[in-house]
Amino acid sequence: MYALEISQLRKVYQNGFEALKGIDLKVSKGDFFALLGPNGAGKSTCIGIISSLINKTSGRVKIFEHDQDIALIQAKSKLGMVPQEFNFNIFEPVGEIIANQGGYYGVASADVKKRSEFYLKQLGLWDKRYVQARDLSGGMKRRLMIARALIHKPELLILDEPTAGVDIELRRSMWTFMREINSQGTTIILTTHYLEEAEQMCRNIAIIDQGNIIQNSSMKKLLSSLNSETFVLYLRQTITELPAVKGSFILRLIDEHTLEVDIPKDQTMNELILQLDAMGLQIDSMRNKVNRLEELFVSLINRNNKAS
Amino acid sequence: MSQLHKYWIAYITIARKEVLRFSRIWVQTIVPPVITMALYFIIFGNLIGSRIGDMDGMSYIDFIMPGLIMMAIITNSYANVVSSFYGAKFSRHIEEMLVSPIPNVVILLGFLTGGVARGLTVGIAVTLVSQFFTSISVHNIFLVFSVGLLTALLFSLAGLINGVYAKSFDDVSIIPTFVLTPLTYLGGIFYSIQLLPPFWQQVSLVNPILYMVNSFRYGFLGVSDIDLSLALGVILIFIIILFSICMILLNRGTGIRD
Repeated sequence: MYALEISQLRKVYQNGFEALKGIDLKVSKGDFFALLGPNGAGKSTCIGIISSLINKTSGRVKIFEHDQDIALIQAKSKLGMVPQEFNFNIFEPVGEIIANQGGYYGVASADVKKRSEFYLKQLGLWDKRYVQARDLSGGMKRRLMIARALIHKPELLILDEPTAGVDIELRRSMWTFMREINSQGTTIILTTHYLEEAEQMCRNIAIIDQGNIIQNSSMKKLLSSLNSETFVLYLRQTITELPAVKGSFILRLIDEHTLEVDIPKDQTMNELILQLDAMGLQIDSMRNKVNRLEELFVSLINRNNKAS
Repeated sequence: MSQLHKYWIAYITIARKEVLRFSRIWVQTIVPPVITMALYFIIFGNLIGSRIGDMDGMSYIDFIMPGLIMMAIITNSYANVVSSFYGAKFSRHIEEMLVSPIPNVVILLGFLTGGVARGLTVGIAVTLVSQFFTSISVHNIFLVFSVGLLTALLFSLAGLINGVYAKSFDDVSIIPTFVLTPLTYLGGIFYSIQLLPPFWQQVSLVNPILYMVNSFRYGFLGVSDIDLSLALGVILIFIIILFSICMILLNRGTGIRD
């Protein structure tokens, strides 16, 4: 069963801009799915249509087999939404925002109380339940929106940039929380500009650009399509010129202790290390120059830009 | 839990939220109209009214009292819904409701409940204050309550339409200032239309507020310039029309969905 099925979805705004050009997308039940794309690619329009905040021009959207055109109420009841921008009443206390959301979904007040206590504790907001939302920090506001989206126990959760502007410690705790929610059976669709986040969390991915889906596959398959990876090596010894290594490695000298190397898909890191070792060069430490998904993402977007 | 019960919970949630919204800031929402109306009673009723003499066979202050209560109901029910709906749009928390599985009619009824509650609360408060200045007895309590309720409902609907189209805070005040206030003042609150020349009497009949003020006045005093059944009919027709417009706007997503 698919948690989300989109077919031939198209959106033309009143000013004539075609934000979505008939996209097809399927997200399986239980998946942790990344929907990525550069700014203005159509992600937010797509999410807006799924959450029925934007009227589509044509196409179909089904949430757990409930067609929005036929059974909108049932489709909405399956969905939880964490938008990119804060969209709660800043003058309302945290507990009330959560309770109201539960009420909108028809959750009985006894259940709302239990669940809001659970999620607010999980997300570290329980002590703030009587505090007006405007007095929360940016990170707390993001967590508040996550707690709010979960109060009716949605089967499909859409997280639109949930960790934007959140410090790394908090981001990691949110990742743990999201993984836990997903492991309990909630399907998650994540949009993020932190590609490392998408790579670590998501099993499947779609990349949207200029209103089209330009890539849709499993994360593993996509990453395996990378032709080469670039690493930065920090050497113990001082060097003044590039070491002459065999094979199709491409080396660049950054400074007297730092080498940058492109390792093609058909060669291994071991081959390079052995050669450097034979030359008396030891590697103190190393790192990926850029995140693998980031490298792929940029190349796919560039390719799409050239093609169009 | 049945779907209907879920809708009921959603309705109660929106209605409670709307009532809490204006009652929390009662100093801004309840007290000012009561003070304004008290000033009307003092100035137009006591000071100037005593020199005007009788109107339709009763003292001027007794004559204007129902109209002043009605004016408070009209302005407050309208203001509550337009400010609440536009505020929800402006800060985007209307999206909380739009993504939820709530039929538009439930959202509409929730907002209307808030508007009606504020209109009637202020109306009751003004009625209580009026007792310091007048001593009239109620001719037909059922009619007073019904007309008060229906008028609050009608102007809550009008407020919602304004809220849907409003794109700035200026738009929230334009209709009350340039349409509602003139219609209210010319709606027979301060005078009987029998005092007007025949042509202006006919023009006055186009003003829907005239029907509300007169039927409300009939409930209090037992006198009216307008036939009661016609007045009630006009109010009901306007409610049906505005309710239909509200539903069309919400279903289309005008002003709230891209």
